[in-house]
Amino acid sequence: MSTKKSSKGSPKKSAGASGKKAATPGSAGTPKRAASKAVKPAPIASASEFMAHAYAMEAEAAERYAEFADSMEVHNNPEVAELFRKLSRIEQRHADQILEQMGWKQSPVASGNYRWKGTEGPETADPTELHYLMQPYHALQIALINEKRARDFFAHLAKSTTNAGVRKGALEMRDEEAEHVRLIEEWLKRTPVPDSNWEIDPDPPVLSD
Amino acid sequence: MNAPAVAAPITAQAFKSDYKPIWCPGCGDYSVLSSFTKAFAKLDLRPENIAVVSGIGCSSRIPAYTNCYGFHGVHGRSLAAASGLKVARPDLTVVVASGDGDGYSIGGNHFLHACRRNVDLTYVVMDNHVYGMTKGQPSPTTEPDWDSKLSPGGTGLRTFHPLVIALAAGANFVARAFSGDPNGTADIIADAIRTPGFSFVEILSPCVTFRPEQREWKQLVRPAPVTTTDDAARAARRIMTDDGFNIGVLYKGARKPYQPPIGKGKKQPSDLEAEFAI
Repeated sequence: MSTKKSSKGSPKKSAGASGKKAATPGSAGTPKRAASKAVKPAPIASASEFMAHAYAMEAEAAERYAEFADSMEVHNNPEVAELFRKLSRIEQRHADQILEQMGWKQSPVASGNYRWKGTEGPETADPTELHYLMQPYHALQIALINEKRARDFFAHLAKSTTNAGVRKGALEMRDEEAEHVRLIEEWLKRTPVPDSNWEIDPDPPVLSD
Repeated sequence: MNAPAVAAPITAQAFKSDYKPIWCPGCGDYSVLSSFTKAFAKLDLRPENIAVVSGIGCSSRIPAYTNCYGFHGVHGRSLAAASGLKVARPDLTVVVASGDGDGYSIGGNHFLHACRRNVDLTYVVMDNHVYGMTKGQPSPTTEPDWDSKLSPGGTGLRTFHPLVIALAAGANFVARAFSGDPNGTADIIADAIRTPGFSFVEILSPCVTFRPEQREWKQLVRPAPVTTTDDAARAARRIMTDDGFNIGVLYKGARKPYQPPIGKGKKQPSDLEAEFAI
């Protein structure tokens, strides 16, 4: 994946006290996920298990965006809070559609038993990318990275699986996520690019800086 | 005859309260909260059977963000309150939340004796190597060369080594987790709660405000390349020689938890009250 972030303003720099440059792996490209399991996870074995993973991915993403929305609301950034809330609703709708399609009341796979390549679902946003002064452009950049990671996850799954049902589902989801990537890219084009001083706070919360 | 009603399992989300956390955006503690609730749901616990006890600091805000019983106590004294609660109410699941300042400095002495006493508690310390709530002073786990406005040139002090100290003091379960892995952390917390005795879980939880370089932790953590041992000396050697980024359950012992008998032959509160009657 090579979703290089724009240098125009990724929400990367903290109002840190150390004066040291923030280590920002996320700002250089798609944030990597720490490996969660010592052993390589077993492959997704059936179409039903595949859909459970697709559901978990959407549900985890919805939960994380809702958490981001709450955080932005608390930090008096209502515009970005509303955007994250909207993203959360979209992801939750996708999750609900999967439940409906499968006729499930809840996911058949217990939380924590998903076979992600990293520690969290591919569509789950990295919390360390947040900044209290971030702007909608930054929030959409985060969403774009997540959608690309989801698209690539399904593309890889379609290539690597030996199960025809899983491949069919993975290809459909890959195309769906690719469409989401396109939509967010369009959205980004309509969104003002932050100026280079977006993170400067004349009255910062970090008094020691 | 009607069958007895069976309570439906509670989802992780349902363990969260209506209060929105006020941690800084990007703080690792958000994910730790999520791990708490996932662990409770995984263990099929009920909020009314859990008490979350804390001291003071960013991490100690956690009780308010769950809908379990909570006690936001005095700085460094969460373990004292929690020990009393668990001994009096062994039926409750008691989880204690702390940070590296609250837990290892102000509450350092309580930490040693809680390990030694081995009351059936789960002690979760969110370690970000800094006092965040009071604006970025070095804590016991801060690196000696961490240069900041409040510690020019660094403190030069040797860092506190909580996991080894917990082992030496007698903790029955010792683990390290990472907030960026909420599902893995939930598994570890659930394991800690299930394990009788004093369980200590240190969670690396980045402070992106005062220690922005801790964003790199997600690149550094890895599953511990060894299996859990029940040999405290071996666990201590492993922990002393790793780089602080091995994640997993590092030690699990079988010491019997401390639990004095309750009620039988003991004075009741009314008896004590009578002794003080004038």
